[in-house]
Amino acid sequence: MNIIVPLRQVPDLVEDLEIDASGKDLDREWLKYKINEFDDHALEEALLLKEDVGGTVTAMALDGDDVDKLLFTAAAKGADKLIKVTGDFPQPLSSHAIARALASAIQGMDYQLILIGVQAVDELDGQVGVLLAHYLGVPHVSVVTGVQVTNGKAVVHKEYAGGVMGEFEVTLPAVLGIQAARQTPRYAPVSRVRMAMRKSTIEEVSASDTAAGGTPEIRKLFKPEKGAGAQMLDGSPEEVAEKIVSILKEKGIV
Amino acid sequence: MSDVLVFAEHLQGNFTDSTFELLGKGRELAAATGDHLVAALLGNGVDDMVHQLGAADKVVAVEHDQLAEFNPEAHTLALKAVVQAVNPAIILIPYTSMGMDLASALSADLDIPLASYVADVRVEDGKLVTVSQMYGGKVNVESEIAGNQKIVSVLAGAFPADAGKKEGSPAVEKLDPPAELSNLRVSFKQLIEPEGGDVDITQQDVLVSIGRGIQSEENIPMVEELAQKLGGAVSASRPIIDNKWLPKSRQVGKSGLKVKPKLYLALGISGAPEHIEGMKDAELIIAINSDPNAPIFEYAHYGVVGDLFDIVPVLKEKLG
Ligand SMILES: Cc1cc2nc3c(=O)[nH]c(=O)nc-3n(C[C@H](O)[C@H](O)[C@H](O)COP(=O)(O)OP(=O)(O)OC[C@H]3O[C@@H](n4cnc5c(N)ncnc54)[C@H](O)[C@@H]3O)c2cc1C
Repeated sequence: MNIIVPLRQVPDLVEDLEIDASGKDLDREWLKYKINEFDDHALEEALLLKEDVGGTVTAMALDGDDVDKLLFTAAAKGADKLIKVTGDFPQPLSSHAIARALASAIQGMDYQLILIGVQAVDELDGQVGVLLAHYLGVPHVSVVTGVQVTNGKAVVHKEYAGGVMGEFEVTLPAVLGIQAARQTPRYAPVSRVRMAMRKSTIEEVSASDTAAGGTPEIRKLFKPEKGAGAQMLDGSPEEVAEKIVSILKEKGIV
Repeated sequence: MSDVLVFAEHLQGNFTDSTFELLGKGRELAAATGDHLVAALLGNGVDDMVHQLGAADKVVAVEHDQLAEFNPEAHTLALKAVVQAVNPAIILIPYTSMGMDLASALSADLDIPLASYVADVRVEDGKLVTVSQMYGGKVNVESEIAGNQKIVSVLAGAFPADAGKKEGSPAVEKLDPPAELSNLRVSFKQLIEPEGGDVDITQQDVLVSIGRGIQSEENIPMVEELAQKLGGAVSASRPIIDNKWLPKSRQVGKSGLKVKPKLYLALGISGAPEHIEGMKDAELIIAINSDPNAPIFEYAHYGVVGDLFDIVPVLKEKLG
């Protein structure tokens, strides 16, 4: 079974996010990126499925800063093939544009499953996975936590609220928006990534569809008012703990 | 021709809160543009449900075996048929598990622009303006959507549900189910109920809730002790559950449980929209987080910028 896993980097939310001079985008100059955590789960689930039923895992990403490292890291974790999708993409990159570019690169490839992170923190205009499925004309299920493949079909679990899940059988090829892999995504030590850099090659495929459209027009970015609701408690851990206890006493909780 | 259409989401025979939140907001948008509010109701045997959609002027329904339970493919086809029949200007879909499968699908198939992660939507000088909560709630994006039709995918809990809860008998129009429903590639098998947990976190007065800031499983007993001293239980954000450090029954949020305790003490939780929707109605929220910009502080009543590992031990001591 051939599984394609499109990977993306998103701003690392541990860092401070600043807004640029235009007011319409993040200041990307010093921004630190990391893999979209749900894409990491999608890659893990793909590698586990390969261990279950055999086949190949292809990691794919749109060209951009640090994308080689993203792909080599996937190789270090066990991806068999690495593809960089090149093209003159509309900026800022939208979910619709990413999905169109990926679809035009994937069209004609031999695959049974595309596993992709169910969402990313920067998807202003919808989820890449669902858009991709529709541009490719294949079925999709998103918010998936469990995937099993038997007899050319996938049986998947989709999560609703409150822990209720729907079980679906999906004819392949299909796109699955992965929420969580069966196990915590594996970690690739730097030494393995370096080895992958020497041993693996990245194939370049150019996207034939680099159209824009389908997105809202950004007026401005703004930060939510800091601590809008919260009264901040300052001081040493001693003092802070003291204050918390007196609030709890006042409210009759202790 | 410029109506507002709301996808009426239901699971196990009950409309979700999102449905009423969107109907309430839809009413407001329809009033601003002077048009009708229409609810799209997909299912099998929906007549008994219609009276709950009294906030809408009209219900457009599609009924079919394959719509009895949610099915991403079947529901996309049926909702598309409703959109083509009603030709609405604004389509409101909740950013929930079901809505995630529908909004982007409609956008791609019908070439309608889409705004996602929406926390606010309004009509301003004849334009539809949305505010999206991006980057885990750390940055808001205000945008406007052009075109005759637009899809707005709204975060759960963004608007009050009460505004859309109205009994009534709106006119019902039933559409013929699309022929493709008899030839689907996705088939529904069953609903799986969650396993009951050892503790029902929805019934606790006090929840000490932990997030990724707890760092490792070994640190959980420390928090269990704190919860015990406060007469409550430990709940958690999703990554803690995905790591299998606590059972699924302890998860608060979009795909977990909605809780409303007297005290919600959030330790090392950033406050992503998916978490917030599960706990924002708690009576008292106290958050401890080392990041002064953590979105949780927008929802907390009291906040402490600091290391939970410095504060929790002292707090335990003080509680005796
Ligand atoms: C469809 C879908 C459904 C989802 N459902 C849910 C859900 O039900 N519930 C849920 O919670 N999430 C859900 N999520 C995930 C959600 O998007 C976030 O990824 C998640 O809530 C983040 O959890 P967190 O706050 O624990 O982790 P992070 O966002 O990583 O935050 C960790 C926080 O800990 C702080 N911290 C670190 N060290 C310390 C320290 N020593 N002391 C104090 N603070 C510290 C950091 O500053 C940071 O703010 C869902 C996602 C999707 C796509």
